[in-house]
Parts: sequence; C-alpha cells; structure tokens
Amino acid sequence: MSQRLGTRVVRKEDPALLSGRGRYADDLPVPNGTLHAHVIRSPHPHAEIVSIDSEAALALDGVWAVITGEDIKALSDPFLVALKAPVHQWALAVERVRYVGEAVALVVAENRYIAEDAAELVDIEYNPLEAAVDPVAACEPSAPLLHEEAKTNEVSVRAFHYGDTATAFAQADRHVKLTVNFPRLSFTPMECFVVIATHNPSDGSYDALANFQGPFSAHPVMARALRVPGPKMRLRIPPDSGGSFGIKLSVFPYVVLMSLAAKITGRPVKWVEDRAEHLLAASTGPNRVTEIEAAVTKDGKILGLKMDQLEDYGAFLRAPMPGPLYRMHGSVTGGYDIPNVDVVNRVVLTNKMPAALIRGFGGPQLYLSLERLVQRIAVELGLDHIEVIRRNLVPPEKFPYHAAAGSLYDSGDYPRAVETAIGDGRLNDLKKRRDAARAAGRKYGIGFAVVVEPAMSNMGYLSTLLTPEARDKSGPKNGATSMATVVIDPLGAVSVTADVTVQGQGHETALSQIVADRLGLRPGDIDVVLEMDTGKDQWSIAAGSYSCRFTPGTAVAAHMAADRLAEKLKKIAAKQLNVMAEDVELAGGKVRSKSNPDNALPFKRVAGTSHWSPVMLPEGMDPVLSETGVWNPPELEPPSHDDRINTSLTYGFVFDMCGVEIDPITYPVKIDRYVSMHDAGTILNPLLANGQIYGAFAQGVAAALYEEFVTNEEGAFLTGTFADYLVPTVSEIPPVELLHQETPSPFTPLGAKGLAEGNCMSVPACVANAVADALGVANVELPATPKRIHALMKQGAAAS
Amino acid sequence: MRRVNKDQKVRISLTLNGRKVSAETEPRTLLCDFLRHSLAATGTHVGCEHGVCGCCTVQIDGAAVRSCLTLAMQAEGRDVRTVESLAGPDGKLNKLQQAFQNNHALQCGFCTPGILMSFTDFLSRNPKPTEDELREVLSGHICRCTGYAGIMAALKEAVAAD
Ligand code: FES
Ligand code: FES
Repeated sequence: MSQRLGTRVVRKEDPALLSGRGRYADDLPVPNGTLHAHVIRSPHPHAEIVSIDSEAALALDGVWAVITGEDIKALSDPFLVALKAPVHQWALAVERVRYVGEAVALVVAENRYIAEDAAELVDIEYNPLEAAVDPVAACEPSAPLLHEEAKTNEVSVRAFHYGDTATAFAQADRHVKLTVNFPRLSFTPMECFVVIATHNPSDGSYDALANFQGPFSAHPVMARALRVPGPKMRLRIPPDSGGSFGIKLSVFPYVVLMSLAAKITGRPVKWVEDRAEHLLAASTGPNRVTEIEAAVTKDGKILGLKMDQLEDYGAFLRAPMPGPLYRMHGSVTGGYDIPNVDVVNRVVLTNKMPAALIRGFGGPQLYLSLERLVQRIAVELGLDHIEVIRRNLVPPEKFPYHAAAGSLYDSGDYPRAVETAIGDGRLNDLKKRRDAARAAGRKYGIGFAVVVEPAMSNMGYLSTLLTPEARDKSGPKNGATSMATVVIDPLGAVSVTADVTVQGQGHETALSQIVADRLGLRPGDIDVVLEMDTGKDQWSIAAGSYSCRFTPGTAVAAHMAADRLAEKLKKIAAKQLNVMAEDVELAGGKVRSKSNPDNALPFKRVAGTSHWSPVMLPEGMDPVLSETGVWNPPELEPPSHDDRINTSLTYGFVFDMCGVEIDPITYPVKIDRYVSMHDAGTILNPLLANGQIYGAFAQGVAAALYEEFVTNEEGAFLTGTFADYLVPTVSEIPPVELLHQETPSPFTPLGAKGLAEGNCMSVPACVANAVADALGVANVELPATPKRIHALMKQGAAAS
Repeated sequence: MRRVNKDQKVRISLTLNGRKVSAETEPRTLLCDFLRHSLAATGTHVGCEHGVCGCCTVQIDGAAVRSCLTLAMQAEGRDVRTVESLAGPDGKLNKLQQAFQNNHALQCGFCTPGILMSFTDFLSRNPKPTEDELREVLSGHICRCTGYAGIMAALKEAVAAD
C-alpha cells in the first residue's frame, strides 16, 4: 500500500503506547535525592492572607520546607504579561488570594504522602473579602477590586472600527440583536501537570522537565520570573504527553514554582498534579459575554455588524492572555462577506480560576455569538436559515479575500462546501425527521454553523490589544517561525527533530511521511525524535503545539529541510552518475537518472559520500547532511495603523448541520443526526485528519451539552470532581458524518491548513441553533443541560 | 487478613505479568502507585484517582479492576496483569492492540492501557458482544482525544477478527 503524503498511514507512535512503553513525564527516572511537593491551595475566592504558621509541619519527619508567597517574592519577579496593567502574579499567592484553588504554599518532603500529611499541619489564617464573580457586575464601580493598584477590574477596553458601520446601520431595513454567554470549561487532558526541577547553585541555572505544550513565548516569561537569562532556564519536554488541548501551557507557573523550590531546598523537586487540583485550578477557557447586533436588508444581507465582547479571564492575566479575545480578531466576520464592523473588546478580571489556552482558542466564543445571530436574522426576517447563510458567504471569486478586520483568507469555496453538505438528500432527511417528530408533538430542531478555522497564529496578533501609538513605541510584532531539522547519518539513516510538543496528534507519523516523500524513502525509514530540550534544540517563541500550527508551519519547515537535502544529494549523485543534477531524482530508496532510471545509486551510498568521502563532493559543497528548515511566511504582517491584523496564515472552512430532539419529560438534548463538512486544503494523512476531527467534535459536544465549571455567587467552586464536571463517555457522543473538500492553500508549499479545532468552534454554535429552532427561543445558554432546557421550556410555555 | 501498623513498611509480593515480584511500601499505598513507582510498571496510568476515568484499569486474577481504588495490599499473593503483558515477547501487538493501531483508536495514548485491560477481561468472557455491549463497557472509560470513534471501530474489528 502506498505510504505517500496524502495517504492513510497508520501511526508509528502506536506500538509503544499500546504496549505500556510510553514515556510520559511521570514515567521518567528522577535524579537521586528528588523531593516531592504538594501545593496548599486557597479555600477562599478572595481573602487577605493574615498569617501562615508552618512550625508543626516542619517538625514532621521527612519535611524539608514549607514555602510561602513571601519566599517566592524575594527570589523571583512577577510573570510578564502583554497588557501593561498593575496586575502582578507570582508562582504563589502574595498577601492575598484571588480564587479558590490559588496556590498559597508549597510543602516539600521526602515523598508525596508525607508532604500531604504535613500540609494538614500548616495553619493559614485568612481574612475573607467580598468576591467579584459575575463578569458584568465586576465592571461596575461598586464591585470589589481584585487588584487595587489597577483601580478597576475592567483592565483593558479597545474599540475598533472597520468600514462605515454607522451608515450600514442607518441604511439597513432592520437591526437584529442578541446577547450571548459563553461558559467556562476545560478539555481536561487525562494526564495532569508534571514538573521535575533542579537548580545548579554553581552557575545559578535551572533545569526543568515538564509536560509543557508551548507556545515557547512562555519560556522568556519563566526565565524572567526566575531572574536568569534564557539558557539558564533549560526546559525539557518528555517524549509523550497525555493530551493537552491548550491546557498544558498553564503548567508554566509551576515550572517556576518547582524551580524555586529546588533552589530553596537544594534538592531536585518533583510535583505531580492530581485531578482535584486540575479541575480546581489548572486552567479554563475564558467565559465571554457578547452583545452582537447586525444591520440587515429585508432579504437577509448583512450590511454591518457591531460586537461588544466582554471576556472574563479570572483572577490574573497569564501570558499569552487575553489571546482568545484577539486570536480571531482579523476574521471576526467569520465566513461572511461583511465590510462594515465595529468591535469593542473588553477584558475583565474576577475571583475565579485564571483562564488560558483551550482548543478553539476564542473561536467557540466568537462563533456562538455570530452563528446564533445569523439564525436570529433568519427567524426575525421570516427567512430560511440556509438562505441567509447563502446570501452572506464570501464568494469564491473573492479569494484571496481581505476580511474587514484584516485577515487574508487564503482559499476556499464556501458555497460549494455548503451545497455539498446539504445536498445528497442530507438536509431533506433532516427536515423529514423534524416534520415527523413535530407532527407527533415532539420538540425537534435543525441547526447550522459556518466557521472559518484559522491556523498558525501570527505572533503579532496580541499586539492589536495595544493602541497603534503604543505599538509604534514598542516596535512591530509579527510572524510565526517554524523549524525542523533533518539529518542523514553516516550509514544513510534519516532522522528528524522539530519545534513541536507531542500531545497525541501523530506528528511523528506525519513528519516521517513528509520527509520520506522528499527523499524517495518510506516513512518507516525515517526516525522522528520529538522530545524537546530548549538548551539544544531548534525553537522560536512560536514553537509548541497549539492553534493548529503543525500543518501550515512545522510540516512546511520539515518539507523545506528535506527538500534542501534532496537537492544536495542530487548534486552529489549527478557527479557520480555522470548526468546533470536536473536529471536526478530520489525514488524507491535510490538516487537515479530520470531519463535512464537504471543509472542509479543507493540512497545510503550517496548520503555516505558526504560523511566518508568529502573529496568526492561537488566543488564548494559543505559536507554536512543536516538541514534546518525555517519557515516564516510573509503574509503574517504586524497590525496596520488602522488596526487591521492578519491573525493567522491559513483559513479552513467548516460547515456543520444537525438535528436535535428534546425529550419533553426528562429534557436531555439528543443529537439525532450530525453532518460536518471540512475544507482544510490538502490533507496530509486522512487517518490523522479524521482522528483530529472526531476528537474536536466530541469536545464540541461536551461544550454544547455537558461540561461547565460552575462557581456560585459567593465564588465557591462547585465542579471539583469528574462526578460534578461531566466529561462525556462514548454513550454521550453521537456519530458524525464527515465530508471533505480540498481547496489547497496558496500560501504554503504543502497546501495544507489546520483542521483540529474547527469542530470545537462549530458544534456549540450548531447545537445551540438547533435547540433554538426546536424550542422557538432566542436565548440558549450552554451547556444545554436538562436543567436549562427545562427552564427554557417553562419560559416558552409561559410566552405562548 | 494480614494486620499491620499504619506507619510500618510492609513487603508485598504478587505475580506481575507472570513473574513473581515483591517490594516494600507503606500500607496505605494504592495499587496504581505501587505498580508504577515500586514495580516500575509505568504502563498503567492514573487519570483521576477517584474511580471515574478508567485509565488505571488492571486485572487481578483475570478480572478488570481500578487500581486507584485498590490498595496494594489487596493484591498481595494475587495474579496482576497490566498492559505490559499484552504484546508478544518480540513486541508483536496482539489482535486487540493491532486493531487499535489500524483504526487510530488512540492519540495521546494515556487512556489506552486501561481500555485495553478492560476489554481483555470483557472479551475473554464475551467473545461475541453486540455493539451496544461494547459501548457499555467503553463508557466506563474517559478518552479526551479520540471522540471514541476510532476506539469503537477498533473494538468491532477485534471482535470480527475472531
Ligand atoms: S485513575 Fe483510577 S479511575 Fe481514574
Ligand atoms: S487517547 Fe488521549 S485520552 Fe484517550
């Protein structure tokens, strides 16, 4: 069977993982004398720390230290953030706690059991304060302040104007308006955080192993906090990681904490987060309140859009926050051709767990509001939802398309994707099911969602948060560098390293396919080593696995590196084959003449020349068979003076359609049929591609129907176990019918775009639209739990 | 039942994947920790420590159990099998493992050992289960990566191959 790029190749990663031979952070050997840490966390959402008494704990056998915020403050600096506001965070709470679960003290002991025993003996006195929990109320002048120096909880407000929105609203037949809340949730990787840190007092350096996922822009943040230059903060990422989905960026404060603990105790320190801690304090996606309003003609054409997005980041901003609010900024108009847009972006801090990266990264929030609005436009104008979508889609002839807020959509044929998805009787079938259900008196609705899925973030997008003047002062920020290195050894064996972190995406397999393809070998011939070491490996601030940067980024860098090696090998072989380099090709493990394939040399032999016989190399060629591909596409420009920003390199397209039925007695929402159409450009490996889509789909369903971090009005956290925080099992995930269309990206040599986040963005919107259609209501809160559906039905019954 | 003092170290002996092993630990040590840290059987994973996720599933005397809800002492003298026992001595994957690879039934692989151990037990007792039965057993496990589609396909393939 062919194993070329674009074909279904099973994973190289699997045999080890299926045999219990994975090498996850907690499986790796630790240095002799390693101590174990346990974090003591705040039980209060907001309180002053009056005193911490560690005496009894320190008296326990095997306890080495009880570290507090004061110790940390003396040894480290607060974490850097993009926003210039006096919001300071250290690795442990200093003077005050600001969310339930905030790390207050660290017990370091000979083993984990002793550390946990000792933690019970640490006596911490708090003076509880009133908490700011609701994001809208937290913006009021009367709200309790989280960071008094900042003088407000609403730490950033920026207004953006593109086109002429005022005229669009003045000329419209109608305005349609909606308020949409997006909840807090996480995708809780099955492996929690792990850190093992050592400190070397002779040169003041730190060496930490952590299941960090990137972006490596957090590396300078860690180094600065530890007051050392980057090379003295050596960070290693293990070869395997038990999932991440954005969450494992947030291990970085603990890397700093354990590094400091290693310095204080003079011993290596290991910490393994447990599930209770993870749910309480690891990371959440930000909740967002969006006021969204469209100016429309009576036939459903959207002339202009106004959005006010208030995003709640919890108690602190952590780099690179407020990313989710800005990552989608250039493409805030989604799949629609809307020239006039006003956006207000507001950042609020509340007494809740800090928000950070999560798969979809701002997309789920944006599309829930935009796609709910489009459904409302159809309802209010008495039009077919699909008609309103058709009337507003970016037409294929406009590509590459400049979206109002600055994104440059690389390629696509949105109408064709939509027509294909609803065609073949699929939409008719949904309508039949709906009509039959409704005729029998049951509640059934159909939903659609249109999503433009960005991939490979412009590292400059976050600077859109600053005013153009402030940006001028600090200098332009842009680009996204990807790197991969391909090496051929003295016996002609090929190996690859790259700037990604493993979390299960199958990068090893995909990289081996890409490199094999260029070198005329088989994927099995290529060894890929993806554990990372910032002290020795190629990386940039963009490194890591997030925002679908692999396919449009690192994959291209590997392709470039392999290509360069291929050219080199062709030149070497040309001399030996007595032909022109242009006549040489690499295929089937051979380097051969194209015109006379019998005139051939084994790949290994040609590769060996460079190592063993540099004398035989063409003149001027250096003998090293190691190439690092560096890919930094020119389309990723800094924000313009009028605040337009091309937030990502590639833009895929997703169109979803579903039917849901709601049980009128027990109220669960049942997804009856789900269809998802993707255009992610060229597909490198359909097996991996569909795997990513199935995974994102399940997480989308989780966000739509099950998962939510719940905090009550006083700030108490109510979802601290998997019994309260409901992660769907196989019984909750319906089948999904996947369709593909391939419109290659002109901006990357492989033509491939990202596809692993689209359904995290589309499913919540699509299901919410179907629920709205089923119940005939305007406001659908997610997750649409039976309790919420019950309330909506009561409200619907009262209204009718 | 053996009686021990809570602070006293105890030596626990059991058969792990066919080999007699023993190590000293504290009486309160969980079986998952004992396997991972004292016996170096790190293929068994811990995902929740409260019995929900299924990552830690191993077999004791052939029956699938959650090793995070089991004390190491409860396995004293018994036959414990973990994911490390499944592949052949030459590393060749067994039928169930191979079906997982064929169908991309794992991504990060963290949940996988537990799922394999559950089904090794279940399929030995029910070689011809229905799809619903497979789904019911699988619903005792959480996988965050795959959306379960590949896992169901793999299970069906493994059953059909018999
Ligand atoms: S770790 Fe045992 S069930 Fe989750
Ligand atoms: S493969 Fe990652 S949790 Fe299942």
